Amino acid sequence: MEEKDVLERLRERFPAEIKEITRSLGDEAAVIDKAALLPIVTFLKQKPEDYAMLLDLTCVDYRGEKPRFEMVYHLFSLTGRARLRIKVRLDENDLWIASLTPLWKNAHWLEREVYDLFGVHFEGHPDLRRIFMWEGFEGHPLRKDYPLRRSQPLIRLKD
Amino acid sequence: MPTRIQKEARPDTMLLNMGPSHPAMHGTIRIMLELDGERILNSEVEVGYLHRGFEKTCEHRTYFNLLPYTDRLNYVSPLINNLGYVMTVEKMLGVVVPERAQHIRVLMSELSRISDHLTCLAAMAMECGAFTVFLYKMKAREFIWDVIEQTTGARMTTSYIRIGGVRADLHTDFDVVLKKAVAETRGVLKDVHGLLDKNKIFLNRTRDVAVMSPEDAVAYGWTGPCLRSTGVLYDVRKAFPYLIYDRLNWDVPLGERGDNFDRYLVRMREMEQSLRIVEQAAARIPKTSPALTAGGIEPSAAIRDSRRRRVREAVALSPNLEGSEEYRYPDILASDKGYVVPPKEETYTSIEGLINHFKFFMRGHGIRPPKGDVYFAVEGGNGELGFYIVSDGTDRPYRLHLRAPCFHIVAALEQLIRGRYVADVIPTFGSMNMIGGELDR
Repeated sequence: MEEKDVLERLRERFPAEIKEITRSLGDEAAVIDKAALLPIVTFLKQKPEDYAMLLDLTCVDYRGEKPRFEMVYHLFSLTGRARLRIKVRLDENDLWIASLTPLWKNAHWLEREVYDLFGVHFEGHPDLRRIFMWEGFEGHPLRKDYPLRRSQPLIRLKD
Repeated sequence: MPTRIQKEARPDTMLLNMGPSHPAMHGTIRIMLELDGERILNSEVEVGYLHRGFEKTCEHRTYFNLLPYTDRLNYVSPLINNLGYVMTVEKMLGVVVPERAQHIRVLMSELSRISDHLTCLAAMAMECGAFTVFLYKMKAREFIWDVIEQTTGARMTTSYIRIGGVRADLHTDFDVVLKKAVAETRGVLKDVHGLLDKNKIFLNRTRDVAVMSPEDAVAYGWTGPCLRSTGVLYDVRKAFPYLIYDRLNWDVPLGERGDNFDRYLVRMREMEQSLRIVEQAAARIPKTSPALTAGGIEPSAAIRDSRRRRVREAVALSPNLEGSEEYRYPDILASDKGYVVPPKEETYTSIEGLINHFKFFMRGHGIRPPKGDVYFAVEGGNGELGFYIVSDGTDRPYRLHLRAPCFHIVAALEQLIRGRYVADVIPTFGSMNMIGGELDR
């Protein structure tokens, strides 16, 4: 129930920026405007909402849909014992979003991971490099158009 | 290609590599240190050596098929990974798990937690020079793994917890083996407390070394024993109770200072709590199915007879399937036909059973959760182990993302070792319990 109240308060506070509130399989999420990400999460991080922890940050590639990518943020409130999901849709031709590194320290690595595997750019990230793959790796492996069995060995395999 | 630290290093300092294949870097991870004498000015942690595309692979496997991949995430507590994945899918499907299976799941995940903590602290103590502690803990872990092996049939790659329940029922000797493991582990914990708690060498290397403040721990997204060592109370089992945890009586140990020693002590105390949970769950475990009856007719005879009549006797199954006989199904697996593997007795002896079997395993059939996305987390050995699954209504996940607890913990390593000595890297890294399989996915 806690989660629902937060989403309602959020909608009152940011009526234009919250595009919709989705409900699926018992979980609720707020789909928000790209430009409003920083104000909204800053509002959520501060008291009284107090979502002090960035639990997780990832991306989903809906190939063939427009906009193609969707960033998914999971926030957690230690005092309220509640999780909150925020989604932002990103267009393929305009693939960047504000970085959360000024707010949370773990955003540094999490955003590097999303950059590495999906190719999303984070505006304001201090050191946006690949994290799992090596420098010079072509493409972004978790995109749906990256073939499962494509191999790019760093050291040439023996024939 | 020069890395960040190579570009930024002062000319009068020395760059030193620890890892990726350093004996103290359990798992493969590379730490580049910028040193002024023995003091660390800066460092850069490079991960990804064990990246094997877990998430990508899972998107191409069916919900049932991808379970073995989850064993390989945190390979010292595979049962908790199984549990996390399975419960996420169950949340999508809305499956009701039998009581007995819930108790077995709690037993298994607490035993895994103990083995996880034992491994972490054993390695940490050994790297600080306490080899006796390492041997004692490995001995205790063997007894724990005896229980796990007897129940699941494997020591590490268990794949035991299945969608809808567990793969097989407990062995008849389970209580005896468990009692022994609990007693041995208690003894070892007592010995280790005696060996390390007031040990001057160990204290010098851990007390007030790599101190994490509660604010920073939250900002880094730390969870699990590492977060609790800083004094922040958050345990998924208490905050979002799942299975039967809310019915059992146990405490969450907290640390005070957030240094290496607190991380050690919180893990030690957590093991004691886990033993309490194990004892309570083992005492309360309900049983409805009849006692184990040995024997039954041979499968070949059953198949031969099934051509003439419907076989109603018990079929003796191969020892590999022991514990998953049809009459145990109400105890260990959910009753929804579409979500669990049909009993082998039916598959082998009746045409309906065979059709059920094929419908379960055939491509495009099997488990197909409704469209939508779901996040569910369990308390893993290192903290909140969360799965985020997006389903598009087919039999394989559209997107599967793992929230790996040690990814967040290792991200703080650079900050923790800055300004410390090279020797402090070892206990700090040891107390974090970095697991390559989970970190790099």
